[in-house]
This record gives sequence, structure tokens and C-alpha cells, in this order.
Amino acid sequence: MLSLNARVNGRPVSLPVDARTSLLDLIREHLGLGGTKKGCDHGQCGACTVHVDDQRVLSCLTLAAKVEDRDVTTIEGLSDGKSLHPMQKAFVDNDALQCGYCTPGQIMAAVACVKEGNAKSEDSIREYMSGNICRCGAYVGIVAAIQEAAPKMRQD
Amino acid sequence: MRSFSYVRPESPQDAIRAFTAAGAGARYVAGGTTLFDLMKLGVERPAHLIDVTAIRGLDSVRTDGDTLRFEALATMSAVASNPQIMRDYPVLSESLSLAASQQIRNMATVGGNLLQRTRCMYFRNGAGSSSTVGVYPCNKREPGSGCAAIGGLDRGQAVLGQSEACTAVSPGDWPVALTAMNASIELLGPAGARTVPIADLYLLPASTPQQEFSIKPGEMITAITVPKTTAGRASTYLKIRDRESYAFALASAAVALDLDGDRVQRAHVALGGVATRPWRAQQAETVLVGQKLTPELALAAGQTAMKGARAGSVNAYKIELGAQTVANALTTAFTRRGR
Repeated sequence: MLSLNARVNGRPVSLPVDARTSLLDLIREHLGLGGTKKGCDHGQCGACTVHVDDQRVLSCLTLAAKVEDRDVTTIEGLSDGKSLHPMQKAFVDNDALQCGYCTPGQIMAAVACVKEGNAKSEDSIREYMSGNICRCGAYVGIVAAIQEAAPKMRQD
Repeated sequence: MRSFSYVRPESPQDAIRAFTAAGAGARYVAGGTTLFDLMKLGVERPAHLIDVTAIRGLDSVRTDGDTLRFEALATMSAVASNPQIMRDYPVLSESLSLAASQQIRNMATVGGNLLQRTRCMYFRNGAGSSSTVGVYPCNKREPGSGCAAIGGLDRGQAVLGQSEACTAVSPGDWPVALTAMNASIELLGPAGARTVPIADLYLLPASTPQQEFSIKPGEMITAITVPKTTAGRASTYLKIRDRESYAFALASAAVALDLDGDRVQRAHVALGGVATRPWRAQQAETVLVGQKLTPELALAAGQTAMKGARAGSVNAYKIELGAQTVANALTTAFTRRGR
């Protein structure tokens, strides 16, 4: 077992982990944060997207041991828990989901997409969101939500 | 997944020492986007992982002097969005930005990218927890077990460079662009440092498809260098896929042109998605040199690049697709002249 020290949603986390543990399993099974979803577990769907040191990554293909000393943000840490993040609100307002399973990953990818400066056109949004698959096909709403949230995020 | 030991050395020397001390079954890991995935599938079964990402000062991108220098731990996203690379070497930046997704590009390194393994579905169908070999025979995964892709579902398989033992496609985009641009790979290992041309890094499958790289045990990639050339500006990476984004290439072409007016002085052409290794098309380059670039000449070069291609049962489309991909890439690169 390895001893892991990191910060998840701003809180220090310190626990023993098996070297085989993925960041996704650490978040869901060890820390009990169920927002981040396991879709394919092979880096093909994007449902497990989280931020590590403000960069979006796939938690299913990240060894948990790699987040030693790093800051991890999951969907639970996106807002203060009372109000919605502008991207979350835009997803609701634009009907950007049907079943909702891919949504936490979509939102984490979308927030990063805006911060990277890759949400400046519909084409760019579609390209830079291509790692997040929506089985229900809510793409039109997802693109609209990102276009609506982007200027609001820049104001914040 | 089999258990393994895990260490995070903080210098290349410590990493090499850890590798040597670990003995059989040691593997370096950087982003882990291929290795961890294949470990979940039981295809890769390392006993010791030496994570090199805690090494500091091995992720710079240098564009001064006569060569471009990419240190191994620079991420794909960092190099893809480097403004100078985007402007002067679009073939390099496009090969990265058209690969994977932004999440994976943030994780994967430009050094590790060179060593990613094939997406051949028979190779990936590895040993489960209850079996010692995969569901399908694969000479790359289990040497001597046979090849299920030959005579099987071969739509994605190679038409160039394949052998009786293996038809798996080399999956990368960045390696194809680097092959076109005469890159060199800097290696560091137990016996010291050495530099190899990228052409010597990749092996044809022949009768030993399990040996894909000429890297020796304990060697790690520390940097990639590319000689600067004015051909970089008139360059592109064209990737043809089943969907518009986030898919592996069915065929791809990395091309760069040195031009005197409309006439080609020097050409760089390499192909991806169709061959068992990044495929330099020198004969196609010869077709272009000294000629005025026309659509007809571009197609002739593309057809020359695919000369000697052999199709299986349902992948003959790749021969025509490869030729057209080269032709379209040449036309795009030509329009970028004099930028």
C-alpha cells in the first residue's frame, strides 16, 4: 500500500491506497464522492473527467498515486454547494442532458474548455468537447449551454 | 489487474537506477494513458512501475537555435498550443491537436506518445483474470500464438509493412509528423546517453512483432529534436477518421514542402494509419522534387506512396484512401506557402 496525500475539493486527504487504484475509484469508492461517473473505464467516453491542478484529465486512466500533493476538483467541488456554477445552471436551462450519466464529465470538461479559451466558437466547442460522449445525443443542448455559460464565467 | 510496485524518482538517474534495481517486469510510466489502459485489459502486466513524471525540468519546449527541442515530459496539449510551433510547423501542432481528446492531451507526454501501442482489437483482447492468454491469438501479445487479424476482421489493419505474423497498425500521429520532419530521439539508459534518428526507433513486425521499438532495457526517452526547416511553414497533418474528431486514423499524411515559386525543391511525406510503423514515403518525395505542384502530381505522389501495398479481406479501401490523403495534404501544404 502507498500512502497518499492530496487535496480533493479543497480538503486535505490522506489515506493508504493500493498502487492499482485509479483516481476514479479513489474518488468514488474511497472518498464516497459519487458525482464522477465510471462509463467505459478505458478513456473513451469522458464521463470520469475531473480537474487536477485546474487541468481536465480522465480520472479512469490516472493512477491515484499520481495526485500526490495535487489539487483534485470533482463536480461536487465546482460550486459552494448552495448555488450552481454558471455552467451547471446553463446545462439546466438548455436541457443539455437526458439521462444525466455523462453530465458531470461534460460539465467538468466544459468548464475547462472555457478556461482554456477553446469555447470561442461552436466549431471549437465541438472539437474540444469531442472526448465526452453523450449516449442520449444531447449535443445541441450541450453546445448551447457552453456558449451561454462562457461569457458569464469570464465575468466572474 | 496484477499487483505491482510503484516508485516516483525525482531525477532521470534515479529512475534508471530504480529500473535496474527492479529487474524483470520493470516499466517506466509517464502519462499512463496507454499503459494503464492495457494493464486493465491484462495485455500489459508490469511487476514494477517507475513513474517518471515527478522528474522536474524535463518538460521544456525550445525553439531557439537550429533545432526544435521537445523534452520528453512536455504534454501533448502544451506542444500542440505552442504559438511558434503552430505558426512555423503546423504539421507538428496539428498531429497533436488531432490526436486524442483534450483530457488525454493534458495527461499524455510527447515522449510517451512515441511508445504507444497498437489499437488492433485482437491485440487489445488480452488475458482476463481467469485466463493466461487472450481470447484471440496475437503474436504481439503472446509471441507464437498466431494472428487472428489475418483472415479476420481486418478493416483497420495495415496494408504496408505487415508480415505473416502481424498486420497491426502503428497508432500514432505525432510519430508520423516527426518521421516526416527527420526528428531524432534522445535516450538515456544504464549505459549512458545516445541519440537515434526516429526512423531507427520503430521496427517492422517481421517474425518478432512483440519487439516494436529499438529502445534497450532501462532506456528512457529524454527529448525529441527536429532540425529547423523553412518547409515547416508549408506543412500540414491530414487525418481521415470514421468520425470527425477523437478517433484513430484510417489514413493520415504528414507533409511539408520547400518551394521555389510553384516548384517543389524538397518534400517531406510520411503516412499513418496504413502501416505497421510510421511510414516515410521517400519515393513519393522523389516524384515531387523539381516539379510544379499540380493536383495530378499530388495524386501521382500519393499513389507512389502506396506502391507495394497489400490488402487483406476488407481493407483494400486504405490503398486508395492513403493515396488521396497524401494528395489532399500536399495541396493544403502548397496553399500555405509564403505565409
